[in-house]
Amino acid sequence: MVKKTSNAIKRTPGEWAFDIINTIILVLIIVVTLYPFIYVLFASISNPSMIASHTGLLLWPIGFDLSSYSAVLENPNILMGYKNTIFYVLVGTSVSLLMTILTAYVLSRKGYMLKRFLTFMAVFTMFFSGGLIPFYLQVNRLGLADTRWALIFPAAMSTYNVIVMRTAFSSIPDSLEESARIDGAQDFTILFHIVLPLSLPTVAIMVLFYGVGQWNSWFNAMVFLRDRNLYPLQLILREILILSDTSDMVTNMVVDREMIGETIKYATIIITTVPILLVYPFLQKYFVKGMMIGAVKE
Amino acid sequence: MKKDSFINRLGKDLKKFKYVYIMAIPMVVYYVLFSYMPMYGAIIAFKHFSPGLGIWKSEWAGTFYFKMFFQDVYFSRILRNTVLISFKNLLFGFPAPIILALLINEVRNNAFKKTVQTISYLPHFVSIMVICGLIIDFTARDGAINDVIAFFGGSRQTMLLNPKLFQPVYIISGIWQEIGWGSIIYLGALTAIDPQLYEAASIDGAGRFRKMAHVTLPGIMPTIIIMLILRIGSIMNVGHEKIILLYNATVYETADVISTYAYRKGLLEMNYSYSTAIGLFNSIINFILVIGSNTISRKWGETSLW
Repeated sequence: MVKKTSNAIKRTPGEWAFDIINTIILVLIIVVTLYPFIYVLFASISNPSMIASHTGLLLWPIGFDLSSYSAVLENPNILMGYKNTIFYVLVGTSVSLLMTILTAYVLSRKGYMLKRFLTFMAVFTMFFSGGLIPFYLQVNRLGLADTRWALIFPAAMSTYNVIVMRTAFSSIPDSLEESARIDGAQDFTILFHIVLPLSLPTVAIMVLFYGVGQWNSWFNAMVFLRDRNLYPLQLILREILILSDTSDMVTNMVVDREMIGETIKYATIIITTVPILLVYPFLQKYFVKGMMIGAVKE
Repeated sequence: MKKDSFINRLGKDLKKFKYVYIMAIPMVVYYVLFSYMPMYGAIIAFKHFSPGLGIWKSEWAGTFYFKMFFQDVYFSRILRNTVLISFKNLLFGFPAPIILALLINEVRNNAFKKTVQTISYLPHFVSIMVICGLIIDFTARDGAINDVIAFFGGSRQTMLLNPKLFQPVYIISGIWQEIGWGSIIYLGALTAIDPQLYEAASIDGAGRFRKMAHVTLPGIMPTIIIMLILRIGSIMNVGHEKIILLYNATVYETADVISTYAYRKGLLEMNYSYSTAIGLFNSIINFILVIGSNTISRKWGETSLW
């Protein structure tokens, strides 16, 4: 971040102490942040009965047993949840992205009469909402309840993301657009051939935000879905992790329910979190940029 | 030349910016259907809403449901919990990312710096379901945190069944999840500090700690103040998702907030009008606080939300 320019000066004992303490604190933060995940990983590949009787922190797997993974992977609910979530992530992210791009483009244009009106229309929703129940009743009235679309359309756009995207679009020099217009390009061409290709880092962040948002969302699913066949992974997770229901995974296993229950939870966590962890490093470099765009005033 | 009427001008504008207006259709439909219709629907807070009759035909109730809320035995409890949780979050959760950003800024080894950043952002992306699963598991009687407490001679307990511990568990886990992500904005602000200021401070004999206190911190102070003002603007706004996953009737005393109460009244007890009134009350207060705080942040510095 900030380039240190004081390297020429020799470090004093005080500076050494400062560096050491700083490093120790940061290493502690890393450990505290990562340990829960490491614990889960180790516990998930440990022997179920040994984990059940184990107390104290786990520094390595005890025993080695992948049976909980096979129990989770053979579980029809998990597989169904996975499939549904992939659908919601792919379709939901596409819909969200397209709508966000169009809206951001509209709000970034200059000179048309309804600009102020449309901007107000979008921004006002960030500050005021009708509340949970009116939203719920409206989605029901539209006939979306208990369909997959209940997880795609009602929360398709985040106005915050629209603003971030609009800021990126606004930063593109007007001259590019003007010369394209002289060549006879209309708005769709300008958006998809000039504006969008120049805003790819922001688009990447939007894909990340919407994709992760869809992957992690559960509340609307809980409220709107009755049919279990439509459940996203997070609702299945809720039954396993929060309501502690691992019964349908242990029934056909010979092992004691109590014992295997714990490792099944951990294996479930790993299996459902891995996809996020896999895409994370690739998109990580865009974070700072994206966060900063959002913070800059129009 | 005669001045065009509004309709005429709008007609010309629609023609001239035809494609912009076509592109605006999805957003208008979206906001009308999912934001403005529900705002209109919030009118049921003033009606005895029955789903059979619909919004319009349901009988007017005046301020019946608002009075009911203010007289609710749980009114002061959920109000207190909402403000307390927000306030504790502000007190402990707000400085945490700033401190982390300052510490990261002092790291000289770039690889280590990157590692700390990457790892600290990570929990932000893990689903709230997994996070809450971990919290429940770690705070359970035989969970890892109790193992540590027992090791130091403390007594084991299921922490989420103890009303005294619900808020600390909620706040600390929140800090754990968001400290890294929250530090990004401050790290960004740090890059804007003029390196010459550090040089000047060095020449004046300032050590690392004094430079941090007298150059770095003042350098990001505008960002800090704006973030603080915005946080104060959302002090009555405590989300329901995490609390719903963590709480249970034993700890309602300290865990139940306005949004979770509205959720239970509305979606579990189907008392639509009452829940809407609670939600509307909360929305209006949030609106006033956000507008107020944003006005202040506008006056103060260069950043505001709009």
